[in-house]
Amino acid sequence: MKPAPFNYIVPTSIDEALALLEEHAPDARLLAGGQSLVPMMNFRLSRPSHLIDLNCIPDLAFIQDNKDHISIGAMTRERTIEESSLVRSSIPLLYEATRHIAHLPIRSRGTIGGSISNADPAAEYPAALLTLDGEMVVRSKQGKRQIKASDFFKGIMETAIEPNELLVEIIVPKVPPGTGFAFVEISRRHGDYALAGIAAQMTLSGKTVTNVRLAACGVGPCPIRLNDAEKQIIDDGLTEKSIQSAAKAAALEVDPETDLHATADYRRRLTAVLTQQALLKAKERAQENN
Amino acid sequence: MDEQSISLTVNGTEQNGEAEPRMSLADFLRERLGLTGTHIGCEHGVCGVCTVICDGMAVRSCLMFAVQADKKEIRTIEGLADGDTMHPLQTLFSEQRALQCGFCTPGMLMTAVDLVDNNPSITPPEIKAGMSAVLCRCTGYEGILKAVEAYAKQIKGV
Repeated sequence: MKPAPFNYIVPTSIDEALALLEEHAPDARLLAGGQSLVPMMNFRLSRPSHLIDLNCIPDLAFIQDNKDHISIGAMTRERTIEESSLVRSSIPLLYEATRHIAHLPIRSRGTIGGSISNADPAAEYPAALLTLDGEMVVRSKQGKRQIKASDFFKGIMETAIEPNELLVEIIVPKVPPGTGFAFVEISRRHGDYALAGIAAQMTLSGKTVTNVRLAACGVGPCPIRLNDAEKQIIDDGLTEKSIQSAAKAAALEVDPETDLHATADYRRRLTAVLTQQALLKAKERAQENN
Repeated sequence: MDEQSISLTVNGTEQNGEAEPRMSLADFLRERLGLTGTHIGCEHGVCGVCTVICDGMAVRSCLMFAVQADKKEIRTIEGLADGDTMHPLQTLFSEQRALQCGFCTPGMLMTAVDLVDNNPSITPPEIKAGMSAVLCRCTGYEGILKAVEAYAKQIKGV
């Protein structure tokens, strides 16, 4: 057996989980899909005193169609999201991001809430939610908070969730008509974490860009919204030149590091290339939907 | 931490056993049930050789605790063949020489079963991407992909 011993607790309701968290935080860890936490425990890099398993709380696993947004329970499996026709039609960027996450057997267990709370710098969902203007609902025994994606990701594997809080739901606005999207990334091998990835979404009204949002993953401590790149497109429209300027701007506003997989310079270069690819793909899809 | 009782269905047979919460499903299958066909490689979810089917979906059994498999239905490599008759995918692996040392083969087969049985219209590029979930260090994958593609054709009936 590889992990250090722990006390294993299986709550069956959100309230029960919150009480346990209050009692055992900060030495307790919440177990979602376990596709990142269990490897860390197997390496004994994580040695929680208590492991609170969220897999038996039915109220945390759902995909709900609300008027102008989709609500997704934190314990919804990545595979369920991938197979959801609602996600595919109403928030297709999230579907495309999901297809890039590891491999199918990992997505069978991995959850959206787990990925977001773990906040790996290279993870796909945080960048997708920043682009989609998603919001996270967190609960504690004291109450409920709703946090915008732009305020949620704080640093390397660091989020706005307090030790006594539980992420329960992710709210994603449905895309308006005339919207195109793209999630593109480069990794060493299929299924590996990305060296760099770009999420893009834009809305066209005729030939005018009414909205464009871009975010990058793998090139900073947390997902980075590419404001300067977006501005190039909003100011100058969608021309070959403005897309190139946006790609250049994107490369300058990310904050990549050198590691054994790639240098910081290479990651900047990838950011530019991927921004261009994402914008072109999103444009094409927006035109099809217009 | 004390051992906990669990009861699960493995390859159609109900099994009861005891496991410490930190025991992986892979260790439980091998050490408690003697089902050593499920291999253990990296033990952090990367190599895929420990892949089993849990409630119809391929999962890494090194990243699931045995206690989490309580009341679940597990299918392992031992559950593929029908008595002495090999599963069609096993026959195709043999015909296409899709294995050399055989260490990754249980993971390859269980992954392929999920990919094809749950998506009979799967395309060759999707098979290629899907099978990259398991690492093979000897065959170079050509035979594996041919075998899985042939299996998909059989399932589709073309």
